[in-house]
Amino acid sequence: MIGRAVSFFRRLPLSGRIGLCLFVGWLLIALVGPQLAPYSVGAFVDREVFGPVSQRFWLGSDYLGRDVLSRVLWGSRYTVFLALFAAFLAVFIGTSIALIAVIRGGWVDEVLSRAMDTLISIPSKILALVLVAAFGSAVGLLLVIVALTYIPGNFRISRALAMNIAAMDYVQVARLRGEGSVQIALREVLPNMIHPLLTDLGLRFVFIVLLLSGLSFLGLGVQPPNADLGSLVRENLSGLSEGAPAVLAPALAIATLTVGVNLLIDSLRGNDAR
Amino acid sequence: MAKILPLIARRIGSALVTLLLVSLVIFTIASLLPGDAAQEALGQSATEEQVAALRAEMGLDRPGPVRYANWLLDLVRGDPGQSLVANMPVSEIISERLPNSLLLAGLTAIFSVPIALFIGIASAIDRGGRLDRGLSITTLSMVAVPEFLVATLGVLIFSVHLLWLPSIAMASSEATFGEMLRSLALPIISLAVIVIAQMARMTRAAVADQLDRPYVEMARLKGVPYSRIVTVHVMPNAIGPVINAMALSLSYLMGGAIIVETIFNYPGLASLMVNAVTSRDMPLLQACAMIFCALYLVLMLVADVVAILANPRLRA
Repeated sequence: MIGRAVSFFRRLPLSGRIGLCLFVGWLLIALVGPQLAPYSVGAFVDREVFGPVSQRFWLGSDYLGRDVLSRVLWGSRYTVFLALFAAFLAVFIGTSIALIAVIRGGWVDEVLSRAMDTLISIPSKILALVLVAAFGSAVGLLLVIVALTYIPGNFRISRALAMNIAAMDYVQVARLRGEGSVQIALREVLPNMIHPLLTDLGLRFVFIVLLLSGLSFLGLGVQPPNADLGSLVRENLSGLSEGAPAVLAPALAIATLTVGVNLLIDSLRGNDAR
Repeated sequence: MAKILPLIARRIGSALVTLLLVSLVIFTIASLLPGDAAQEALGQSATEEQVAALRAEMGLDRPGPVRYANWLLDLVRGDPGQSLVANMPVSEIISERLPNSLLLAGLTAIFSVPIALFIGIASAIDRGGRLDRGLSITTLSMVAVPEFLVATLGVLIFSVHLLWLPSIAMASSEATFGEMLRSLALPIISLAVIVIAQMARMTRAAVADQLDRPYVEMARLKGVPYSRIVTVHVMPNAIGPVINAMALSLSYLMGGAIIVETIFNYPGLASLMVNAVTSRDMPLLQACAMIFCALYLVLMLVADVVAILANPRLRA
């Protein structure tokens, strides 16, 4: 297992290695970061507000004198895990619908594709805003809303992939052998889509992190007292004119996460092509 | 031309059908599913009768499909209803905001398109080279950076440390063009950085795809200068995908504008829509969403039509 991981790492180009390290790093921070936080999230520990970087407060303090480092460590948990679940959900549902559309074909495919085409022509942020306005932004709902927003994109890609595979001879043979639709979808078609689907999962993850933190930044995402990285940028925005690290730190945190995943996916895609 | 016109007509028709379906989706989500706009407008203390009266006045007591049909007909006539919060016609609020948004998007496009074309074509020509790899990593990172990071960095650098630019964007009609440009510089830069990165990546892909074709090799073997190959042989073939890339990136401007307009307090359509979400002003929200979707579809349609017109195989 470790040997395989090492050889996988070795095969990546430099940008891919950096990306993988950033992603794994954030995953670890989201898992154990809150335990490492020097202060508790809500504690007012600094007399100064928007304090500078110092020995006691590595990333300064926020608009209420709380420790920014601790808040970023906690916030990353929301950002990373919410986005990860939502991305899995979007890919799972999108791919399932795509498989149904391809295996069934005919009018089922026609109707599903038309519906997804309609959803895809609503810009994702606009769709998310309308959904938030209608349903509110409790954490569970938020997860479903952002997943829903990116289902059509995944559907389009998985449908194209499944179409190509389902037209291959071995799938025809499987049909003649009398395999049922479910078996064809899951045992013949799906295994050959896994690689590009994982790439798409990474891409959706990046989109979803950006969408979620964007929503939180607008005050429409994760609601106080909970805070993801986007909320941290929002609540400290008034410190921007003083050049406070409290604004920049969470924004940079999001960027390192998304850029890392993007670099990783891109180098994997390059490997596929070669 | 005989082949082209029906093709274009069909594209326009299909865009209209999509817009109709989109309106159904937006109306369904915003008006049919959630609670009651009348209850919302009157608050908790209202009596049953008051709510019922307002509901009748707003037409909420009628069945869903009827309400949808009425809303759609009014929308087509240019009257998307009454704002629940501002108590004035939605059309008035929007006509105040829309020009601001179009101005911001237009200026951003003017700056980004040439730069993106240049970067995209340069890296396609150098594909695999050091310049290409450097640009590719840069643009790849830029597309994944949240808009508010670019915007906050811009404010920190240009208005906090260098004191060059104001950090709030005003759109006043008295300002001269220079003043306006100065006050819009930071929002434009924030939007442009990400749009340029996206556009450049797609342009590179389109041009590189053409450069690998046999006809380019043929032209090189004939001794055609490389600059001529790119401008005369490759670009006409790449123009369809490149225009498509431009349209896709410009449509991104609308989403990106949501964050950027909010950060800089810019009175555009996107920040209006965010306010509509916060105050749950559904008529206003629906109208904004429809405008964004219509703009998106128009962009896609224009790209489609240009690609058809530019395709020499269809021009015969």
